[in-house]
Amino acid sequence: MNSVQQYFSNFFKGLASLLKGMWITLVEFFTKKVTEKYPENRATLKMFDRFRGELIMLHDENNEHHCVACGICEMNCPNDTIHIEFDMVTTEDEKKKKVLRRYMYDHGSCLYCQLCVRACPHHAIDFIPTYEHAVFTREKLIEQLNKPGSKLAGSDAKV
Amino acid sequence: MFDFKVVTDWIDELLRSWLPASLVNITECVLIGICLLVAYALFALALIYAERKVCAAFQCRLGPNRVGPFGTVQVVCDMIKMLIKEIIEIKHVDRYLFNLAPYIVIISSLLAFSCIPFAKGLEILDFNVGIFFLIAASSIGIVGILLAGWASNNKFSLIGAMRSGAQMISYELSIGLSILTIVVLSGSMQLSTIVESQADGWFIFKGHIPAFVAFVVYLIAGTAETNRGPFDLPEAESELTAGYHTEYSGMHFGFFYVAEFVNMFIVAAVATTLFWGGWMPLHIPGWESFNAIMDYIPSLIWFLAKSAVMVFIIMWFKWTFPRLRIDQLLRLEWKYLLPINLCNLLLMVVVVAFDLHF
Repeated sequence: MNSVQQYFSNFFKGLASLLKGMWITLVEFFTKKVTEKYPENRATLKMFDRFRGELIMLHDENNEHHCVACGICEMNCPNDTIHIEFDMVTTEDEKKKKVLRRYMYDHGSCLYCQLCVRACPHHAIDFIPTYEHAVFTREKLIEQLNKPGSKLAGSDAKV
Repeated sequence: MFDFKVVTDWIDELLRSWLPASLVNITECVLIGICLLVAYALFALALIYAERKVCAAFQCRLGPNRVGPFGTVQVVCDMIKMLIKEIIEIKHVDRYLFNLAPYIVIISSLLAFSCIPFAKGLEILDFNVGIFFLIAASSIGIVGILLAGWASNNKFSLIGAMRSGAQMISYELSIGLSILTIVVLSGSMQLSTIVESQADGWFIFKGHIPAFVAFVVYLIAGTAETNRGPFDLPEAESELTAGYHTEYSGMHFGFFYVAEFVNMFIVAAVATTLFWGGWMPLHIPGWESFNAIMDYIPSLIWFLAKSAVMVFIIMWFKWTFPRLRIDQLLRLEWKYLLPINLCNLLLMVVVVAFDLHF
């Protein structure tokens, strides 16, 4: 008797679980599809926030950045992607200070590990979710991140 | 309701006015053969496209959408690619059987395909044991699969083919018994008569409980017959690369591929014919105007729409359930489907004998 009971209970349990599975796939059949039709929807396509597309230096509305040219990002970069060129200036109180001249970023060798952004003590740089970075020569991938004429925020030192 | 006999009779008379009687027969045979092959290829293309789209939708994707509108030209491109590919000569294979196997598979599938009543007056093979012939013809395909596995000189192919043999022989029983259930109800094996007798109500409604059980069993067994998922262990990719057609390339592989898809359609079409009234429109007794409107829809569209629903259900199975193990597969057949089917057949006989159907 027990085995007969088991036979029927197995049968109906199996049937119920199969129907449940079919219901789940049917719901999935009608959900919104995740495929992006890329070239057509480039105007509306939004990358998710944490996507690391390219490194930028944050500038405020007065064209001021927060980079003190300390070089920690350059030291942290595993691929030698970042090169910082700076000037040594002497301030009024006889202290030597680095002032950023050019912040060079080689997009072609960056591996988007975000070590530079995490290491930065002033949150001067960040990744933005842009894409479409294809160019024809490697030289075009080397970018200067500090905008022309920009200066350190909160400093009155003219460079 | 438009009768396709008008068209065929007109062609017949046209040929008779031009040609002597003996030539007319030959010409008609050739014409029908060409039509059949073209329809076969078109159905295969449509089904491959549908499969890719349905599969994509189940996986939350869009599927092919680059070539042509909604990717419809994609399958045509794939077909052309397949046609111009090289058929690779494998060393140490049984050349004769190796080359013969895909043709056996495709011929059996084509024979079964030609039995289907597509629309009113549009049947190619229609005689008094039609459904019996259809089962017999479609079972020849297993010979081709076994030969393909045997001739390939590859143990994985052979394992795949042997699994396929065990599976087909088992599930043939279920298919046969569920078809027999409907034959008991209709009292005929001729496909056109089966369809005609559903004019006042499809068998799934007329035969109520036993017909429905037979339909479910038929659909499960039919999915297994076509070697489709979740019963696709003859070609289980993860363990046997591709099973019996591992060593095939070019159009020889294409034949296996196409035959699999058209076999799926044949299973769906037979389910439509036996259970859902074939090309018969939906008639509800008492609703005269509704019935009249339904009659305006051409019979071919009725048939294709119903078959499309059946095909969708079979695809739904494939993309829902994981693959069975061989012992699970055989247990399902011998311990569950077969006893259910036998009881169901008995129930149908009782229903028919005491006139309990509608």
